[in-house]
Amino acid sequence: MSEAAATLTYREACKQALRDALKADPRTFLMGEDIGRYGGCYAVTKGLLEEFGEERIRDTPLSESAYVGAGIGAAMAGMRPIVEIMTVNFSLLALDQIVNNAATIPHMSGGQFAVPLVIRIATGGGRRVAAQHSHSLEGWYAHIPGLRVLAPATVEDARWMLAAALVDPNPVLIFEHIMLYNVEAPLDPAVTAVDIAHAKIRRAGSGVTLIGYGNGLVKALAAAEQLAGEGVDAEVIDLRVLRPLDTPTILASVVKTRRVVIVDEGWRSGSLSAEIGMRIAEQGFFDLDAPLRRVCGREVPMPYAPHLEDAALPQPADIAAAARSLVRPT
Amino acid sequence: MTETDSKILIFEILSDLAPEADPATLAGDADLREELDLDSMDFMNFVVALHERTGIDIPEADYGELRTRDGAVAYLARATQSAGERHG
Amino acid sequence: MPALGADMESGTLAEWLVKPGDRVKRGDVVAVVETQKGAIEVEIFEEGVISEFVPVGTEVPVGSVLAYVGGGAGPRAAAAPPIPKPPTIPPPKPSAPPLITAAPPSAAAPSAAVKITPVARRRAAELGIDATALKGTGVDGSVTLADVEAAAPAAPPAPAAPKPRAGFDPAEMRKAIAAAMVRAKREIPHYYLSHTIDLGAALAWLEHFNAAQAVPQRLLPAALLLKASALALREVPQLNGTCTDGVFRQGDGIHAGWAISLRGGGLVAPAIRDADQRPLADLMAAMRDLVQRARSGGLRASELSSPTVTVTSLGERGAESVTAIIYPPQVAIIGFGTILTRPWVVDGAVVARPVVTVSLAADHRVTDGHIGARLLSTIEHLLQEPATL
Repeated sequence: MSEAAATLTYREACKQALRDALKADPRTFLMGEDIGRYGGCYAVTKGLLEEFGEERIRDTPLSESAYVGAGIGAAMAGMRPIVEIMTVNFSLLALDQIVNNAATIPHMSGGQFAVPLVIRIATGGGRRVAAQHSHSLEGWYAHIPGLRVLAPATVEDARWMLAAALVDPNPVLIFEHIMLYNVEAPLDPAVTAVDIAHAKIRRAGSGVTLIGYGNGLVKALAAAEQLAGEGVDAEVIDLRVLRPLDTPTILASVVKTRRVVIVDEGWRSGSLSAEIGMRIAEQGFFDLDAPLRRVCGREVPMPYAPHLEDAALPQPADIAAAARSLVRPT
Repeated sequence: MTETDSKILIFEILSDLAPEADPATLAGDADLREELDLDSMDFMNFVVALHERTGIDIPEADYGELRTRDGAVAYLARATQSAGERHG
Repeated sequence: MPALGADMESGTLAEWLVKPGDRVKRGDVVAVVETQKGAIEVEIFEEGVISEFVPVGTEVPVGSVLAYVGGGAGPRAAAAPPIPKPPTIPPPKPSAPPLITAAPPSAAAPSAAVKITPVARRRAAELGIDATALKGTGVDGSVTLADVEAAAPAAPPAPAAPKPRAGFDPAEMRKAIAAAMVRAKREIPHYYLSHTIDLGAALAWLEHFNAAQAVPQRLLPAALLLKASALALREVPQLNGTCTDGVFRQGDGIHAGWAISLRGGGLVAPAIRDADQRPLADLMAAMRDLVQRARSGGLRASELSSPTVTVTSLGERGAESVTAIIYPPQVAIIGFGTILTRPWVVDGAVVARPVVTVSLAADHRVTDGHIGARLLSTIEHLLQEPATL
């Protein structure tokens, strides 16, 4: 017991990262809906108001456009704001601020203004909160030059990605999957920083590559376990960074396994998985020994009923089946 | 065969076997196999080339005498002389 | 353009040894190509009249056309496409005369219905295999990399023919050897055996034999060691062949790769085909010829792509024994140390005898030590009766 590293929930890791940031830099403050008195929609900021006070933990009106815009202005003026958006569906109200302002100002000002803003956004399905709170739209943001888009899938990344994001002079979006908040894992005390540039091999294998991020990674790993029992040795890549994509890591894995399944909770049409698949087709075509496969969210507004929501989301069995169809087609 | 003829012949053969080495810098009493990094096959080709170029039949028992340049020069001189005597 | 190893992407046409309009037959050496590993002679596998050469100095991708061989009715149809430059794989030309490649080209035109995965197509081009003729086991019956490799003859991992004069880059060869050896150590679970053998009888016989021979016809001990190894492999065929994706394929003969170290570094192991069936004099001539051509740059593509086993001998200035690394996808390598005079017990008395230590490194996925030991003891028995070799 004394030997084991301390375990931590993903939620607690997010909170510790925020607390560190607030302590480390007086310019850092939090803004968002219900993050103060209520403690955050997913309770990530619970207790921070008492600890840091109203000046630094700011409850905002229900207007994403207004408070994200305020965050951009504060960042341009030299602050290091961290803005929380309850769910990616609501971030669409701030799309103009994020896409037309945050992402463009450093470029349009010829580098005179940096926008060192971090926006934390809850994303994904599985909590039975229906079609206006459950989608995975991070792929849209991964389309936008000027943004860095992160998707921590592990407790370690939840704990350490924020610090790296605050150092970046450009706007960084961090997508926290709502199904991960309760995930608990040991935290290696030796790790005190992570990069926000590279994908990571979470499981090395040689038979087929499974690519995922966020909760999709967790499901891909579960699928890999299932496949291992059948003698299929899957490699699992955690994308971690959705923009800019770490193409070399993906291509290196393709050379190794020659078969790829991409897992994406987003809708298939025009998804991030489409971009990844296309890059493999462009740069890794001659290394492929089987068609590319994708396991994506069904193209429906997220259903409310549990069995329908489960059916609409990629599940480990779907991922394993896709991998199997490439490795053992007959 | 004169000593000069023998030396020239030996240099030519060794240059083919070890093109990157310079047999001209070789000490007369150095072991050719060590100095020029010749293996068994190279050495056999050396003996075969000497045989083919001079017509001398070299018994296997005499191979030891050919391991240095000076030894080979002396051997060729002796062998061609005795061959000349036989014909002569 | 034949592929001389998985890592070769292209070669440069250095010299044509025939003229356009010449009649060529199977086995003729028609051209010399420069590769990163040196100059290689290209043989032809067709009969006919050769024409439409790529110009000397052209860099040609593996699998692309070097020249056309036809029935002799003059140049091909007027609308002949230009010699392709960048594409790795030439488009199928059902009506065109057969292409010159390292292996016999396909007889049938590729069928549009055959699915071949990109990597399998690339590998087939490298190996000179007609992938359209293979049975696919992949998605929708597609021909996969594994299908192509299973159909490949023992492919050389690091074949290389150096040419000290030009084209030979020791650094490139080092890379090729590194790639093959790393692959061997990563993929092949080696087991090692060694055995010291009394060579008294063999050397006495050899001395007697050589005394009656003119200088060029004399044998080196290495010829006896190679012949004994080849004959022993006849008894233990499990060690003669290749292993790809865990599947062992026995060699279609005992084609011994004879390891030749190159002056200036590097080594190459061209094949002596059917080494078990050749008389000693013939074997010796083949060994001398290979050594000479390996070092001067005149090895043929076919010699580099077919060994089923490798034999290495350290020679008279080497070390006492060798623990060798297998050349994938082969499954065994036999190594002979230097012949040394050592105290040896004969009939209860210690006497000085010439001895050699023979070692075996073999692929444990294919055989076990028991089989390996049988090979070494068979070699020992054969060397006790040199007259039968």
